[in-house]
Amino acid sequence: MTSFTTRPASDYPPGGDAFRHRHLIGIAQLTPWEISYVLDAAEEWVELNRSGAAKHDDRLAGLTIINAFFENSTRTLLSFEIAGKRLGADVVNMHAAQSSVKKGETLIDTAMTLNAMRADAMVIRHASSGAVQLIADKVDCPVLNAGDGRHEHPTQALLDALTIRRRLGKVEGLTIAICGDVLHSRVARSNILALTLLGNEVRIVAPPTLTPPAMERMHVTTFADMDEGIKDADVVMMLRLQNERMDGAYLPSAREYHALYGLTPKRLEKAKPGAIVMHPGPMNRGVEIDSSVADDPTRSTITEQVEMGVAVRMACLDILTRRKRGVPGWN
Amino acid sequence: MELSPLLITNARLLGGDTVSLRVEDGRIAALNPPETPGYAETIDAGGQWLAPGIIDLGVFATDKPAFHFGGITRAALMPDSGPLDGAGLVERAAKGGKPDLWVHPLAAATKGLEGKELAEIGLMKQAGARAVATGRGRIADAGVMRRVLSYASALGLTVIAHAEDEGLTQGAVATDGEMATRLGLASAPAIAEAMAISRDLCLVEETGAPIHFRQVTTARGLDLIRAAKAKRLPVTCGITPAHLFLSDTAIGDFRTFARLSPPLRSEDDRHACLAAIADGTIDILASGHDPRGPEDKRLPFAEALPGMAGAETLLAMGLQLVRDGHVTPARLFDLLAANPAKLLGVAAGRIAPGLEADLILVDEGTPWQVDTKKMAAWAGNTPFDGMPVQGRATMMWKGGLRIR
Repeated sequence: MTSFTTRPASDYPPGGDAFRHRHLIGIAQLTPWEISYVLDAAEEWVELNRSGAAKHDDRLAGLTIINAFFENSTRTLLSFEIAGKRLGADVVNMHAAQSSVKKGETLIDTAMTLNAMRADAMVIRHASSGAVQLIADKVDCPVLNAGDGRHEHPTQALLDALTIRRRLGKVEGLTIAICGDVLHSRVARSNILALTLLGNEVRIVAPPTLTPPAMERMHVTTFADMDEGIKDADVVMMLRLQNERMDGAYLPSAREYHALYGLTPKRLEKAKPGAIVMHPGPMNRGVEIDSSVADDPTRSTITEQVEMGVAVRMACLDILTRRKRGVPGWN
Repeated sequence: MELSPLLITNARLLGGDTVSLRVEDGRIAALNPPETPGYAETIDAGGQWLAPGIIDLGVFATDKPAFHFGGITRAALMPDSGPLDGAGLVERAAKGGKPDLWVHPLAAATKGLEGKELAEIGLMKQAGARAVATGRGRIADAGVMRRVLSYASALGLTVIAHAEDEGLTQGAVATDGEMATRLGLASAPAIAEAMAISRDLCLVEETGAPIHFRQVTTARGLDLIRAAKAKRLPVTCGITPAHLFLSDTAIGDFRTFARLSPPLRSEDDRHACLAAIADGTIDILASGHDPRGPEDKRLPFAEALPGMAGAETLLAMGLQLVRDGHVTPARLFDLLAANPAKLLGVAAGRIAPGLEADLILVDEGTPWQVDTKKMAAWAGNTPFDGMPVQGRATMMWKGGLRIR
C-alpha cells in the first residue's frame, strides 16, 4: 500500500532546499518537511526493491561508500551494504572491534585515513555518544550516523516513521507508546524526536530506573505502568533490553521485567484495536515481547521495518550524494 | 640577591584610591610613603589597578606561562599528579616554581589518593605542604574521612575536599537534565553534591576540623554551606568561573572543553552560584587549571577527560563579575588572593606593610578575545573559547622581583 501523502521526489522544487544537510547525524537537525521528503523518496525505493529480480539502479555507480562500524552490528550493517550496492556504489565494510580502536585519537586517525581514501560517503556506528559528529567534523564527505552511543540512530527513526505511515496511512495525530529501556536507547531518542516533530502524541513506558531525566522537556509523557501507558495507543513500539541491564543493577531479573513490561497478547488488548507492534530487533522473545505477538502478521511490523530500512537507507545515500554527483539543483 | 627598593606610583589600589607603594627587601614597606626616602626604581602605573598577586587554590599542573599571563604569583598544586603523598614528592613540587612562581603543594590526604590509609601528612607539612586535599574525587569511606579531618586539624591544616557522591556519579559525565538526555550522555543528579557536603559537614561538626570544598556548584550545596557558616562551623568553599558563566547548554555539540568535574549545572544552579558569590557564601575563586591536550580532549565526549585550562582567563572572568555588579573590586581580590592566603597560612594576598611584595598591575578595561589557539598554557582547553573579555595583568612582581 502506498500512502496518499506520497509524492514522487521529482515533484519537489529544484534548488537543493529539500534537504539542506551535508550529513545525517541526527533527527535533531531535521525539519518535519525534510523527514517527509526522505520518506517520500524512500517509497520509490520500496517499489524498486519489490519489482522482480533485478533491483539495480546504478545512480551511485563509481562512488565509494565506507561502512565503518566501531561497534558490532549485523542487521544495520547489512542493510546499509545492500542499500549501497543496489544503488551501484562500491561498498566497503570496516569492522573495528571496540578493543582495537578505543582511543579517540585513533578514532580520528582512522577517520582521516578513510578520508584520504576518498570515500564519497561514510556510514558510521560507534558506541560513544557524539563520536559520529566528531568524525563528521573532520572528513570531506557526507557522513551517515548508523548509531552513536545512546545519542541517535536517525535511519531507524526514519524507517519506523515510514513503516507507520504505510501501515496506518499517516504518521501524525497518532498515539505512540515507546516501551522499554529508553535510558540506554538511541532508537528511542531518535524516534521521540521524529515522532513528536511529525505531530504525534508520544508516550514513554519504562521502569523508573530506565527512564532518562527531564523527559517532559522532550514533549513526551512518561508511564511506569505498562497497561496504563499503552492504553488506546495506535502504535506500541518495543525496545530491545540488553542482557547486561537485567543483572540487578537496573532491573531485578528478566522474569520480573517480563511480568511487568513484557508485551503479551493480553496486555496488547489495552491498545487500540488494530494497533501495530514494532521492534527494532533483535528481539528477546519471552522477555520484552511474546512470540505470539511478534509473529502475528496483522499486528507486528517487525519484518516490514527491516524492509523499509533498506529503502530509507537507499534514499539517504542518494540524497546525501547528490551534491557530489552534480545533480541539477543540488549544489 | 640584593633587591633594589621599588616605588609604584599613580596606581589605583584595588580599583579605588590612587596610591603609591614602596617595596623594600621583597616586602611591602609602606603605602603612600613620604617623599623621596632615598633611591628607588620607580614605576608609574598610569592609573592602572594595583592588586595582590593572585593565589590560585587547586591547580593540576605547574604551568608557569599560563600563571604569569594570568597574574598568578602563587599556585596551590593539587596532589593528583604523582600523587603527592610523600615528603620527598612535596618538597620537589614546592621547588617546581622557582624562581618566579610560588608553588604550594597540597598534601594527599591518603596514600596514593586511594581513600584508604592516612598519608604522612605531618612529614609532608614539614616538607612544605600548606593544606591537605582529597584530590579529584572525595574519600568515599566516611570513617577514613573523619580520621583525615581530625588528624589534619591537629596539624593546623585545612582539608580541601571534592563534593560529589561517587555512588550517584559513577559513570556520569553530565548533570541530569534536558541537555544530557538529548545528547544521550550518562548523567547524575545535581544532589550528588549536596549529599557529599552533608556528610562532610556532619564530620566537621563532630571533629571541629576545618574543611574547604574546592568547588560548590549547586543551589542545594550552597544552601548547606550558608547554613553551616551561620552555625559558625569552620567551613569555606570555592568555585571556578566556568560554573559562574556557563551552564550545561555549553556541552551541546559534545564540546569536550566543557567537560568538567563537577559537570556544568543547570541555569538555575548557575544563578544560585552568582548569588552565593555576591552574598559572601563563596570564599574563593580559583582557575581549576588543568591543561589537557588533544589526546585527552579530541575524543567522544564521554571518553574525554574532564578539566579546563583556566589560569589565563581567571582574572578577566573575575573582572566580569565586578562589571556585572556581583562583587566589588576589593571583594574580588579577597576571593582571588586574601582568602586563599588565609587558608594556606601564607603572609601574602593583601596589600599591607610587612607582607610579601607579590603584586600585579591590572589594566582592567582593555578588551581581548579568548582564543584556544593562542593560549600561553601548554594546552588550550578553555570552555570560554571565542568569548570577548576585558582586563589582564600587565606587570607582576613576586617577592619584589619583577616577573613581567
